[in-house]
Order: sequence, then structure tokens, then C-alpha cells
Amino acid sequence: MTAEQINRVEGGCAIDYNAPVAFTFNGECLSGYKGDTLASALLASGRHLVARSFKYGRPRGIVAAGAEEPNAIVQRLSVLNKKSAKSAASAKREKGGASAKSEEGARSEGGAASGKRDASVPNIRATQQEIYDGLAAASTSGWPGLRWHLHGFIGAALGRFMPPGFYYKTFMFPARLWRVYEHFIRKAAGFGRAPQAADPDIYDKLHHHPDLLIIGGGPAGLMAALAAVDSGIRILLVDENPRLGGALLHERESIDGKPAREWAEAAARRLGDAPNVTLLTRTTAVGYHDHNFVVACELRADHLVAAPAGCSRQRLHCIRAKQVLLATGACERGLVFANNDVPGCMQASAISAYRHKYGVVPGQKLVLMTTNDHGYQAALDWHEAGREVVAIVDSRRHAAGKFSHAARSNGIRIIEGSAVFEARGKMHVTGALVAELKAAESQDAESKRPRHSRGSHPQALGNPEKLNAGVDGLRLNEGGHELLPCDTIAASGGWSPVVHLSCHTGAKPIWNPELNCFVPGKTRQAMLTAGAVTGNLTLAHALESGFESAREACRKLGAPPPVPVSENSRAANALLYAPLMDAPLKQSPARNLDAAADALFHIPHPRPSSRAPKQFVDLQLDVTAADIELAAREGFESIEHIKRYTALGFGTDQGKLGNINGIAIAARATGRPIDEIGTTMFRPNYTPVAFGAIAGRECGALFDPERHTAIHPWHAAAGARFENVGQWKRPWYYPQPGESMDDSVRRECLAVRGGIGILDASTLGKIDIQGPDAREFLNRIYTNAWGKLPPGQCRYGLMCGEDGMVMDDGVTACLAANHFLMHTTTGGAARVLEWLELWRQTEWPELKVYFNSVTDHWATAAIAGPKARELLAGLTGIPLGNEEFPFMHWRAAEVAGIPARIFRVSFTGELSYEINVQADYGLRLWEALIEQGRRLSITPFGTETMHVLRAEKGFIIVGQDTDGSVTPDDLGMSWAIGRNKAFSFVGKRGMARQDCAREGRKQLVGLLPEGPEQVLPEGGQLLWNPAALRAKPAPMAGHITSSYYSPTLARSFALALVKDGRSKLGQTIHCALPPRFGRPRTAPARIANPVFYDPKGERQHVE
Amino acid sequence: MNTARRAWRTEMLLIHCPYCGEPRDESEFHYAGEAHIQRPAAPDECSDEDWGRYLYFRRNTRGPHREMWHHAAGCRKFFNARRDTVSYEILETYPLQAAPVGEGAAR
Repeated sequence: MTAEQINRVEGGCAIDYNAPVAFTFNGECLSGYKGDTLASALLASGRHLVARSFKYGRPRGIVAAGAEEPNAIVQRLSVLNKKSAKSAASAKREKGGASAKSEEGARSEGGAASGKRDASVPNIRATQQEIYDGLAAASTSGWPGLRWHLHGFIGAALGRFMPPGFYYKTFMFPARLWRVYEHFIRKAAGFGRAPQAADPDIYDKLHHHPDLLIIGGGPAGLMAALAAVDSGIRILLVDENPRLGGALLHERESIDGKPAREWAEAAARRLGDAPNVTLLTRTTAVGYHDHNFVVACELRADHLVAAPAGCSRQRLHCIRAKQVLLATGACERGLVFANNDVPGCMQASAISAYRHKYGVVPGQKLVLMTTNDHGYQAALDWHEAGREVVAIVDSRRHAAGKFSHAARSNGIRIIEGSAVFEARGKMHVTGALVAELKAAESQDAESKRPRHSRGSHPQALGNPEKLNAGVDGLRLNEGGHELLPCDTIAASGGWSPVVHLSCHTGAKPIWNPELNCFVPGKTRQAMLTAGAVTGNLTLAHALESGFESAREACRKLGAPPPVPVSENSRAANALLYAPLMDAPLKQSPARNLDAAADALFHIPHPRPSSRAPKQFVDLQLDVTAADIELAAREGFESIEHIKRYTALGFGTDQGKLGNINGIAIAARATGRPIDEIGTTMFRPNYTPVAFGAIAGRECGALFDPERHTAIHPWHAAAGARFENVGQWKRPWYYPQPGESMDDSVRRECLAVRGGIGILDASTLGKIDIQGPDAREFLNRIYTNAWGKLPPGQCRYGLMCGEDGMVMDDGVTACLAANHFLMHTTTGGAARVLEWLELWRQTEWPELKVYFNSVTDHWATAAIAGPKARELLAGLTGIPLGNEEFPFMHWRAAEVAGIPARIFRVSFTGELSYEINVQADYGLRLWEALIEQGRRLSITPFGTETMHVLRAEKGFIIVGQDTDGSVTPDDLGMSWAIGRNKAFSFVGKRGMARQDCAREGRKQLVGLLPEGPEQVLPEGGQLLWNPAALRAKPAPMAGHITSSYYSPTLARSFALALVKDGRSKLGQTIHCALPPRFGRPRTAPARIANPVFYDPKGERQHVE
Repeated sequence: MNTARRAWRTEMLLIHCPYCGEPRDESEFHYAGEAHIQRPAAPDECSDEDWGRYLYFRRNTRGPHREMWHHAAGCRKFFNARRDTVSYEILETYPLQAAPVGEGAAR
């Protein structure tokens, strides 16, 4: 055997005593049983120390048994080959050896097998991680080790000099060095290590649309589901634990004369059999969003040695529910006393949970401090397990309730009206200091508290003991105290309803002074609440409110509600109705803490908080009562400010344990009641969610789907390099062996200008426009005129927004009198279609015109170059002469036997045909053209060459040469504005605004750099005077939008937007370059006409 | 620009398309700005100020706000909605040509 499970006892309902499990923690081989959490297994072996604290490096142990755990945040190590880890672990188990180091072995094994993959998972709560064979986990803090910890020595020595904001206050100067300090400070603190390589696991998502979503599978949630199940509505029940039942699994309650756990098991079976119910365990509802949208994260494989093939590790459930029932229960509050963080200090309810669920009693000698009867259960459980209960310290003067009665009859010592004010022990609890509490005279408390909180009253400072009263005016009896030797101190300070999800909806929680807790506030969502989340903690109430919520939900959903409670209904369905008619349950005030619990949060200490041993409020971020009091003294009054100053509740546990205590202490320190100081909102997510789960399957190739044209396989086979344009993969250039990108582009450019090139233009947006008013619509939406374009012809169109700025362009062809085909930019296709729809639907519903996106229906091969006609002639029968088929015309014809539309348009300035065929013939067409073009040395060219060629012609690309602030006139394209059109087309009034007509607008011009080999940077800023570059701000004259090297011109050139550029032709302007050796640089260039090549356009019209 | 590019985002709102007659997830829709903005009948006769008002000035409503949505991945229809900008409740949706009803209908 490995380390003995000294704290294991019989009777854990969640574990299988016949299934031992071996795992490692911090390299030590330990064992537990199937069903154990890492925390319960560690406690079973007597391993309490799990972490070093964030700020002071103090030793920390396991405190809780659920999601609220602040200390036991561990890293699950990268054991990739879980199966081999299992065999290694079991081999070790057989061999024995208490602390064999198996961690390195498993990791290196996994690392070798899978290369750059890292399956380690940070930020795991040991209380929620189920163990499996081969699990390897480690603490995330503590260097060089948990027991001998450097940070701990510093924290112990200097802790008193580390107030809130210590790091920021101390490492302020010089400010630029903060980055250096931060590096080391973060390294020393921190809650885990981000995995350094790709996540090997898969994650997925599932959508649900239930009628009723029940969050929480405790008594209220189970009862609600049982009550609603026969109505036929679709029910989804989620619970974060592996087993349904909630607190029933570990509390000393009975239902209908049997242990409550049995009822929970029967209810779970009944629900599991119902076809209209989906039960999700190990599933935490982490966020409650608008319109009843709840996100829940299911841990599917985190508890398994190896996930079944194809099984995701985690699944994000996206739930849109018609009704949501919050049955999230309540979370026990700790109490704030000196050294309350020493390992061995735990929540009282956690003791019960470990005892009943896992058969673990985490110590030998218990001192229990409680403010209520419910807390006594922990002592009874401890006592029954045969361990010693040293004493129960009850803050109430008269311990009342059935559990305290049971404790008394078991002969357990009860110390009433007292409290544990300090824990003794360094690495583990060795004793508890107990003293009597007495109420401070109310007047004294009234008059001194506020003054003390501001630290201005000399008398107050002189008499700290009197002033250090508890929240409700309690203070310690000066008569002395008693030291109780023990190894565990359990504390119960009452219960905090789990209001987090309700807060996510924007509902501010409301303080209930009678129940001493925050309850869910009013929300606009279709939300119901049942059980302890309402603040009423009795089991009878949980069951009743569960039943009532189900009735209410059915009523709202229009479904038949469950029949009312009666003897008849009980006879028909005992499982559902017997608990509701359980007389002893209804009478017993066992869990009703309404009257029983003291409003005690902070146990007074003989010394003031600032001088007493540290009294922790937020264990995860090391926030103490003294910190909060200091914040109040320093003038922070709003709880939001106090939180930010002290970091209270800012940890990954969101202050589930400490927030209410912190608020209570802040309330006292600022002399206000709790409901006035308010709570802070909890935000999603309730517990941390792995990024992988949020991403789901939308990662890798599926992160952003790629669009491929029909011709893509040919490009890939030809070795094309691809460019992303929108979601399209477009061939960028086709390098031949040994060619650089520049070489390829040069070769492709020269081939098009001198012979023939071929481009895949399938990605251009294509919108089919039909209807009797199609022409009128084009007149209104384009800036130029469309009234006279006959069928068979094409026209370049410019589209502007209502502000007169260019938003898209392209060629539109008239296919028939009522039928047009509009081309858009590749990236603008979806946007333009929405734009057309907007105008037709909102402003011109009377126009009979219809749009359809046909981008994917057509594949387009553009052939360009002086030999284009020769090539096409070999594949089609129609006459191609300038007379029969002029520029800016289109013809329907067969090309290589494929029905096609041939558009004689040109984006390169050369003779060019764009051949459109049905997309599934695209590859065939392309291959036929390549085959036919072989003897003409046809050259495929990519987008880079296309950009160079079009820029040589001064053709703009919308979105590159324009940026939403450029009018057609700025581009020198006034010719494309039909000022005489009858209808005031979109953009006409906009471009007539004063601002569009003013002097000094940036205009499109060409630039010729003085160094013909120098390609200026795109985006480069332009200045008239290079010396002005040093001025701040430098006076900018414009910027470069496109810049290339032209093989045809044998020099570099650029397009630019320059203020009043068209009137500055021939002048020299300077482009700012990135500084070199800290010196600003510029390059001169001459302003030129933007059409560098074939300015008369003779080549595209060529005979 | 690419609608699918943001599809990974968790969609929150549930929007009832008055044309499809069903509530659908927000991811199927595009927001399309404030509703009931009338394009001036004779833009060329507008003053710069009036045109600027039509073009740029929008309400910044706290509370019920009338706005357009586009069922982009559905029926491609634009429609109007009244949505509370504080709570994100969608109080009603109605076809474009329908006159606004309910609170704040008069404009």
C-alpha cells in the first residue's frame, strides 16, 4: 500500500470501497477509492497542506467540499497517455513505496509520444476533481516546496508591513520598471501555469431548448422535477456533482421515515426513466444570460482514466429555457477569527460531506464553533465516527435545536455564549483559544464604532480592546480564555444562498436582516427560485417550494400542473407526495435558522484586528479583517471600492466564502448597516471555464471556415501560395522552383502584359437582380446611369453610402430587359446584398425587384493578355472581333463545350475575357483553358500580380485605396456620377455636402519614388516638408494606399491619397519611413497621374 | 464583414421574426440601426443641417428603443423591434410597413 488512509471510515455513499485508485499529488503516490475527489482522498491520507497563500505564503489546507473551495486550487499535470500512466501507477501500487516519484516518468512518457501537446490543466478545484488511476496533480504555489517555502518566510517576516496595495505602493518607482517587478512578483504568486502547447483534448457544444431548466439537484430541484415530470413538459436538470441529491447525501435528515438519501436516489431513478427529462450531472450552470439563456459546462472525461474514443473532455451546454428554476441551494459561511487559515480549519458542513459522501473524517480531535443548530451535525458525525469532539463552542447563549439536543445527550461538551477567537498551530491546527462573548453596551458600541473606523478618536485608539467589538456589538469577556487542544476547527457562521446566477441577470441581491443573508433580487428573466437559495433552509421548505415552483412553471407553460397534495395523491404517487406530507419534517425547525443563527461574522480578539494574528476574510487572495478596516480608515466607503482596494472576492472563487463576512466587516468599519453598504454583483462565470470548452469545435481548421473555389485543387497542385480574402483562399502567386515571391510576380506580370495569363476570379461577389424595376433600382443605388444599358452590355458601377462615400464597386451586366448580374468586391458580397435589401425593403417597397446571391453558383476564369482572343477563339464558336464582341459587352456561348457567359471586361488593362460557367464545370473549364493555352505559354497568375497590374492602370480597390472617407470625386471618378438622373440616387446629397466640396480633401494620385527600386510602404504617411517630421504632430499631407514594383515600367510606383493632390502633379512629396537607429527617415517621390500604363486604354479595346 | 466569422460568439438574445413567425437565436440576425427614420422625400432640397440630422443623428435611448433587425441568415427580411436597452427585453417585433404601436409610438 501507499500512504495509509488513516482518516478513512466506513459509510461513504459516493465511493466504491472495492475499487481502489492510485494517484499522485506533488509527486507522492497516494491512494483513494473510485468516487473520491482529490480533496477527499488527500484528507483520507491525512494530507492537509495543499497550497501556499497568495500574498503571505502561509500554509493552507482544504476548507470546503465543493465549488466554494478557495485554497485547494491545483494543477492537473500533463499525463497524456493516461492508460500507460495507469499501468505505471498500478505497478507502483503493487510494489509499494510511500512516496515514489512517478510524476516525471508519466510526463516524459506522454511528452515523447505526442510531441508538442500539453494536457496539463490549471485552476482545478481539488474538491471537484474526481480521482482516477494515474491522476497526477500538483500544488500551484510554493517554491521550492510546500513545506519549505521561500515566500512563506518573507510573508511571515514582513507580513505586517504588507498592507492592501502593498505591491503597487512599493514598486511604483520608477514606473517603467513595474514590468520587471511584475515578472517576479507574479512568478512568486499565481494560481497555476498556463499550458505551453496545444491542447490535445476535444471539446464540444450542445444546444437545448427545454421548457423547464432546473439548476441544482438537491431536495428542491428533485422535488420540482418530480412534480413536473407527469405534465409532459421537457425538463432539463443540471447539477455540478456526480450524484444527485445535494445536501441530502450528507445531512442527518429523514424523509418518510427513511434516510433522505434514499428518497434522493429513488427520485433520481424515477427522473432518469422519464423520457421527457434530461439529467446532466457533473454539469455546472456557469452563466445566466439574457432571454433565459443559460450556459452550463459538463465535465465528461475529467474523472476518467481515458476518455472513450471521440468523447469530448468537456461539453458546453447552451440552454434556452422557457422557464428557469434556481434551486442552487446555499453555501456555508465561515467565521473570521485569528489564524483561521491554518490547515485544519474547515467549514462545518464540509466535515459532514466528507464523512457521509466519502467516508473521511479529516482528523482526530475536533473543536466546532457554530452560530446555529445546523452546525452541530458536523460534531455528531465526527462523534459517531468514533473520533473525539473536544467541545462545541456555540456563540448563542442558549443552544437550542434538535441537533444540539442530540449532542448534549451524547455527552459532548458544549460551551455556550463563546467563540474560538484564535487558532493555534503553524503547519496544522494544534489548539483553539476560546473565550466568552458578551454584548458590548449598545451605547458604547454606537458611539465608538464610527469614530474608531476613521481612526481619529484618540481615546478610541487608546483603548483598543473595548473597541474591537464584534459586528453586532459583541466583544470578548475580559475574564480570560481557555486553550482546547485539537487538530481540527470546524466553523459554521450560517448560510449564504447561492445567488450568483440570479445576479448574472442583473438582479441585485437583497439583504434579509432576519435571515442574515442575501437573497435573489427581482429579475426580468422567466426565473423561479426554490429551496435554500431563497434563504429558508429547512428541508420541508425545500420540498414544498420545489413543488410549488413546478406548479408555477406548469401554469406559465400552459401545461397541466401536478395534482394538489392529498391522501389520494399520496396513494397514487408516494415518491412525490409522501415527503410533502411528512409530519415530523414539517414540524421540525431543524434547519430553520431564522431564529437560531446569530449574526456573527467576525470573532473579536483581545487585540485589535491590526495587531492580532491575521484574521482572514478571503482566503484565496489573503484579505484580512484588518485590511478591510484599513481600507475604511483610508477613506474607501463604497463596498465596490473596498473590494478593489483589498482584492476581496477577486479570486477565481469569486469570494464565495468570504464576501458576506467582508461586507459585514466593512459595514461595521464604516458604521452602517449591511443592507446599506450593499453587495457587489457576481458575474459570469460561476466557476472558471476552460477556454477549450468555450471554443468547442470552433478551433483549428474550424475556427474560421475557409471558402475554396471550384478550381482550388488545381491551384494547390500547381503549388500556389494562397492569400486570405474574406473567408476565401485565393491564389496569391504561383512560385516555380527556386522563385521568390518577387520573382514570381515579375514573371506573371510580364506574361500578362506580353502574352497571356489566367486568373481564378470566382470569388467576386455576384448578385442576380431581376424584376420589372431592376433598372430603376440600379439607377437609385449606383451613382452612375443605367437607363440606357441594353442587354448584352456591361457597365462599371460605383456604389456610395448616403454620406456620399464610396462603399463598393464592380461591373454589372444587363442580361435581359428585367435581368441584371451585379459583381461586387470579393469581401463585400454579403454586405452589398444586405444593403440592396435594406433599400428595397425600407425605402422603396413599391419597386418590383428581387435579389439573389449567386457567388457560389458560378466559377470564373479570367484570361488576360494580348493573346486572350487567340486562346478563346480555339474554344468557342462565336465571333470575337471588336465589331461583333466589343469591350464591355458579354455573350452567352459555349466554351470548351460548356455553356458559359463571357464578359469582355478588364481589370488588368489588357484584352481580357471573364468566362463564367456553372461552378461544377469550373475546374473542367480551367483545365481546358490551360490545355489550349499551353502553346501560347499561358501563365496562371494570382492576386498579387492582379494588384500590380490594376494599380499600373490606376484602378482602385475599394477598401484598400478607399477607407470610407473618400468620395468618387476624390478618386477622380466624377465621370461615374450621373448628376442628371431623375431620382436623387443614394449618396448624391451626401457628396454635395459642404465638407465634400471643400478645398484640401485628399485626392487619389500616383507617386513615383525617386529611387526607382524603392517600394514605399503601404500606409506610409506623406509630408511636404521632411524636416517637419520632428514636429508633434507632424503635418501630414496624405498617405500611400497601394505600392508595388512594376516589372512593366521597370520601376516602383504607388497610389496615394494626397491633400489637393490633383493640383500638385509633378511636385515632390516625402514618405515617412520607419526610423532606423532612432533617426526618422523619409523618401522623396514625385506626384503623378495615377494611370501609369496605357493611359488611353487602347490595349483593352485592341483590335 | 463576414457574418460567419463571428458565429462562435455565444448568442444571447432570442428574437421573434415577424415574417418567419418564430423566435430564433440572435446569431441569425444583424442589427440594423434605429427604426422609423424617414429618408427626406427631396434630398436635393434639404439643407446640410437637415441632411446631417437624417444621416447621423440617432437617439441614444435608455429604455424602450425602436430599432431595425435583419434576419440575415433566415428570411432576409428587415423588421422593427422595440427593445429595452437597459434590460435587453424585446417588447415587440413587427413588420416594417406596420405602424409602430405601443408605448412611444408617436414620433
